[in-house]
Amino acid sequence: MSELKTPPSGGAKAAAATADYLDQRTGVGNAVKFFARKVFPDHWSFFLGEIALYSFVTLLVSGVFLTMFFVPSMAETHYPDDGVWATMRGVEMSEAFKSTLDLSFEVRGGLLMRQIHHWAALIFMASIVVHMMRVFFTGAFRKPREINWVVGFVLLILGLAAGFSGYSLPDDVLSGNGLRITDGVVKAIPIIGSYLSYFIFGGEFPGTDLIPRLFTVHILLVPGLILALIGLHLFLMVMHKHTQFPGSGRTNSNVVGYPALPVYAGKLLFNFFVVFGVIALMAGTMSINPVWNYGPYDPSPVSAGAQPDWYMLFLEGALRLMPGGAEFMIGDFTVPLNVIIPAMVVPGVLFTLLAAYPFIESFATGDTSEHHLLDRPRNRPFRTAFGTSLLMAFFILVLAGSNDLIATHFHLSINDITWVFRVLLFVGPWLTFVVTKRICLGLQRKDRELVLHGHETGRIVRFASGEYIEVHKPLDAHERWLRVQHEAVRPLEIEPAEDSRGVRRKGYRKDRVRQRLSQVFYEDRVEPVTPAELAAAHAAHGHAPAEVGPGHDDHAVAAITAGGGTQHGVPEGETVPDGRNR
Amino acid sequence: MSTHDHNDVVVHADGETTPARFENPGLHEHTPRQADVDPRVTKRVERQVLALFTASIIGTIVVVWAYFALPPGETASSMRTSNIVLGVGLAVCLLGIGIGGNYFIKVLMSNREYTEERHAQRSSDETREVAVQMLQDGAQDSGLTRRKALVGAGVTALALFPLSILVPLLGNVGSDWNVRKFKHTMWKKGMRLHTDPTNRPIRAADVTIGDVWHVIPEGLEELEHGKLDEKAKAVVLLVRLDPRDLRSDQSPEGETWSHDGIVAYSKICTHVGCPVALYEQQTHHLLCPCHQSTFDVADGCKVVFGPAKRPLPQLPITVDDEGYLVAQSDFTEPIGPTFWERATK
Repeated sequence: MSELKTPPSGGAKAAAATADYLDQRTGVGNAVKFFARKVFPDHWSFFLGEIALYSFVTLLVSGVFLTMFFVPSMAETHYPDDGVWATMRGVEMSEAFKSTLDLSFEVRGGLLMRQIHHWAALIFMASIVVHMMRVFFTGAFRKPREINWVVGFVLLILGLAAGFSGYSLPDDVLSGNGLRITDGVVKAIPIIGSYLSYFIFGGEFPGTDLIPRLFTVHILLVPGLILALIGLHLFLMVMHKHTQFPGSGRTNSNVVGYPALPVYAGKLLFNFFVVFGVIALMAGTMSINPVWNYGPYDPSPVSAGAQPDWYMLFLEGALRLMPGGAEFMIGDFTVPLNVIIPAMVVPGVLFTLLAAYPFIESFATGDTSEHHLLDRPRNRPFRTAFGTSLLMAFFILVLAGSNDLIATHFHLSINDITWVFRVLLFVGPWLTFVVTKRICLGLQRKDRELVLHGHETGRIVRFASGEYIEVHKPLDAHERWLRVQHEAVRPLEIEPAEDSRGVRRKGYRKDRVRQRLSQVFYEDRVEPVTPAELAAAHAAHGHAPAEVGPGHDDHAVAAITAGGGTQHGVPEGETVPDGRNR
Repeated sequence: MSTHDHNDVVVHADGETTPARFENPGLHEHTPRQADVDPRVTKRVERQVLALFTASIIGTIVVVWAYFALPPGETASSMRTSNIVLGVGLAVCLLGIGIGGNYFIKVLMSNREYTEERHAQRSSDETREVAVQMLQDGAQDSGLTRRKALVGAGVTALALFPLSILVPLLGNVGSDWNVRKFKHTMWKKGMRLHTDPTNRPIRAADVTIGDVWHVIPEGLEELEHGKLDEKAKAVVLLVRLDPRDLRSDQSPEGETWSHDGIVAYSKICTHVGCPVALYEQQTHHLLCPCHQSTFDVADGCKVVFGPAKRPLPQLPITVDDEGYLVAQSDFTEPIGPTFWERATK
């Protein structure tokens, strides 16, 4: 309060005058009041989405630099005989490729910007995927955030489009072959495939229109859409208030965290510099996409062991795994299922499952309430197992996309590797599902055991009777709360098909589907410990009931040892609360 | 039998009444950090943050200095040096700000957590009522419900309007839309096979057994327009096998598409169109490096492994009077990846 007595400084006066000017014209005071001390929960995993945002900003900054020097043209030219890069002298190439070389060799800092741009793109996609995994496994997509999940999903697709269109711009032989594969995939589409190919290339492949078209897509269309959707994504995030992890003091109806000013805003600002800084370090020290080694696009040569950027690798893998026999004819028309399945059906299934999952889960759960507390992944075994098996399928396809490198590095037969992956693509996700679900249930049982019996202390006590026991230290209220706060969702129970007068009920069929799905999701579960169970466990161990109950902070080891029970350490079926969990 | 301390829940020895759920114990007590209680720690952190911000300033100076003093130059090593110094300088400049600022926030700014209440997303019943009323009033004022024909015409006009842009766009975007071009290449009867990229005619006698030649049609390099388009379809791989190894090729009864063990096949994979460029002499197998479709040159380039279905199309060849290899005709089927109309007339 002492500041009020001292006369305000010149700076403070100027700030006050500016604020007054702005507020009279924009009412900015309302916005400041709304935002300035708004609370945001804090967790390291909430930074993942920020990485995506900041690598996108990095992409914009470096991208603007690149557009100043890049020439998006497929016009033919020759690398000058006195050009900097000796191996390219006199080589025929497109303007796009030549300007990429000049950008790398002659523009000072141009190579750094190119590498920043490419590394940032890879990190952009990676952070989107990891952010999405965080949102998926913690159930942050549940009501009311389903729409924002879909917005995020569309951003993922747009990210793929941005990456692909940008990758192809330098018009080098590697990206050119990538485009040729794209052309092959597009042509495979029944009925309209050939026309779609003409639509994209402005005639036959490769034509002379593609690079200018991709350029517009890459620097205007896609980034414009991404920017707009990022705006929507963040607006919805602020409107919903961020989710938070469960813990002491955190409930479904509050937000616990740091205020926007100064902590959150500061982090927001400085994290940008961290992300940009790491990308700059990568670009300064790690070479990426050295197109001068590949040469300009020419439909004839191809290099072995070529890989697309990582986010396209799964499509490449799917194409490699599919056996060729699937192509067939309908009358005079050819349907190349050997291309349609891996290039369209497989990603279609993966992406549809991903986009639709929140809706499938809420249908199965029959839950209409809002969820702002995140799930610990172990507490939702089906979801966690489903997510990991989807990831496993993706991962196997990524590996399959590198089967030639695996073959040459490990001296294995490419045919054997392909066959192993063909089998793994079906077995792997299923196995992953089963194992993950078991791990989740096991972790939940471990939680139960901890709550019921406390931590092992390593202290062995001998009783007068000669019996030895290990002393267990009960959990304090905070530790315990984390392990008992969740609800174990139970399978839905539905009304019978016929009412008391034997009339078939409308909507029974839908309810039946919902119940079946619900059983798949929630049949196997472990219920959290209830106070009664804890009391029972302690009573069975001969504790005084005074130690039992919620919010009990006093974990005096003495009290336990004083109990002098006879059954310490005997886990008599305490992980089986209702007979379902065996 | 006893009463629990602050929850007022009675827990009987026989377990009669207990709460159904545990209760949220409330926030952890706020524990001060070292920097909150020890002024020496505070001072140390301040010095560290200062050092980080200073490092950032130096980083910027290094970048500007390197821009002038370290041009990329003409050699790979000078380019590498320039890139590393610029990149590391920029990284120091950015990370100095980023890490310094975050450290500042983490250790020196208040870390007291605040709690804010959430409100249901749904608007209240009153708001909904007002909103519905407003919409109804709006509809009333517009008078649209009474002018069905007008609305119909308006909606139709709106729905059709995009065509005025889409039709010219779609009409132009695919050039002449003549997709029949996929079915032909520039190969013609009597056209010589030239080497790629040196562009010289190939004498049959110069091709020895086991050789692989990358081939383009004569006259391709001289094309004014669409050189790459034609090349993308016309590239051929020429292989000479011991005629005894050549179990079959694709030439129909009564014709010979090969010349003394020399066969020419389209280089464009029938899977999705990569150039099939890896030839294994021992097995006579051609491997596509993109998706590993494997073709047997000794057996009409049939698929022996991988995602392709159809054999590589064969270019019928023979020799002319001067002993140079020439095409007998164009390919007799469309080359490259499958498309819907591939097999139509």
